Amino acid sequence: MKWKRKDLLGLEDLSREEIELILETARSFKEVSKREIKKVPALRGKTLVNLFYEPSTRTRISFELAAKRLSLDVINIATETSSVRKGETLIDTGKNIEALRVDVIVMRHSSSGAAAILSRHVRASVVNAGDGWHEHPTQALLDMFTLKERLGKLDGLHVSIVGDISHSRVARSNIWGLTKLGAQVTVCAPKMLIPLAIEQAGVRVTYSLEDALRNADAVNVLRMQFERDEIGAFPKQLEYFKNYGITQERLAQAKKNILVMHPGPINRGIEIASDVADGPQSVILEQVTNGIAVRMAVLFLVAQANEYIKR
Amino acid sequence: MSTFKEKAKVLSAEEIKRTLQRLTHQIFENNPDSKEVVLVGIQTRGVYLARRIQALIKGTTAIDIPIGVLDITLYRDDLTVVGPKPEVRETKIDFNLSDKVVVLVDDVLFTGRTIRAALDELMDFGRPQRVELLVLIDRGHRELPIRADFVGKNIPTSKNETVEVRLEEIDGIDEVVIGEKQ
Repeated sequence: MKWKRKDLLGLEDLSREEIELILETARSFKEVSKREIKKVPALRGKTLVNLFYEPSTRTRISFELAAKRLSLDVINIATETSSVRKGETLIDTGKNIEALRVDVIVMRHSSSGAAAILSRHVRASVVNAGDGWHEHPTQALLDMFTLKERLGKLDGLHVSIVGDISHSRVARSNIWGLTKLGAQVTVCAPKMLIPLAIEQAGVRVTYSLEDALRNADAVNVLRMQFERDEIGAFPKQLEYFKNYGITQERLAQAKKNILVMHPGPINRGIEIASDVADGPQSVILEQVTNGIAVRMAVLFLVAQANEYIKR
Repeated sequence: MSTFKEKAKVLSAEEIKRTLQRLTHQIFENNPDSKEVVLVGIQTRGVYLARRIQALIKGTTAIDIPIGVLDITLYRDDLTVVGPKPEVRETKIDFNLSDKVVVLVDDVLFTGRTIRAALDELMDFGRPQRVELLVLIDRGHRELPIRADFVGKNIPTSKNETVEVRLEEIDGIDEVVIGEKQ
């Protein structure tokens, strides 16, 4: 299996083999962060720009650390303080970044498809760090990596995703990735937070948390993004916790070794109880650690492939 | 794809076995204090050779020599040339290298570039007292000032020839053959 894409835009386009290659490569990269000198010279002399049109701390820092451990030089652009404020278009911003001889652009944007548009206008590699409600591929990859590391495989696993599926790029990327690798995915939320026709993506829908947890090997708990609720469609916070919050009592009805995952930042007492977030089934901080290895693998693969394409 | 046309067998299974026994003895002639010695095999075949040497040592002295695995992909100097190929494999050195004598093990010594990368990577794991190089085959054509301390067999080759070391563990047979890429 060879990686031939200059970009990583989402998991929908990828084959099962490509996803497996990323996960396998990430396994080797995980060791680098355990060394005394946490750095390899693989991408020395190349430059990466973090271009973030939406606020982000953990994803940006994770990409930055991943890049630095590969010896990439990193520039961070937060658009609130850049020329985007002066009316520059996305493509112009991209072309200007490229004129600085940048090799990789990691972008987060509020519009679905923004990374794909940028990738068609620049020769640099583009890595999607979240585009609107569309995809957040590296988050799903690190979720899958964590599952595989903990449970040994993805094929045949039952994974439930609980929370605002409608507005979640994390959910979409997870659904694409997990189903391609043979996992059975259930999505669970109040009805208005489940997109229409989501069953066509090969997932099971349930409105009952009890049902979602019953046979699950893992539950991926999404953050309730109250800031995205423009039309008042969301339940109130307490009401949500009562019906969909992950608590010890609810987990007691599930499989004993069920893994609890969360992409962060967590809202304690809204989608997850504090003692669950800190409890023995939680792998939330492992996800953060694994994020670096997965992003190193992605950066390495796209930068390598692009080097070859440009030749 | 280029194919490999076999020209001659240069080592048989029996010869490989005897060669490794001799190399193991040489390691201890050079390093009387066996407690200092650790083995590090270079992926992929260097790792299997290192394991065999480890077993030979254990068989004669009952000493368990620590063994590490090195994948040099991330330290290569031709990453931009080789194309979308490099497969990143496991690196695993879970013991301290400081003040140890590291015997680096590889199957074939050729340009020396792999060894350069391996040395750079090793230094990121600590500061060994000394690094020695053990190879089953030295085929010449060095491009860097590197030499091996322990050589199984010197095989003069031309540049368009290749040497393939085949090992039971991955290739199903123990032999070293010389051939030509076509």
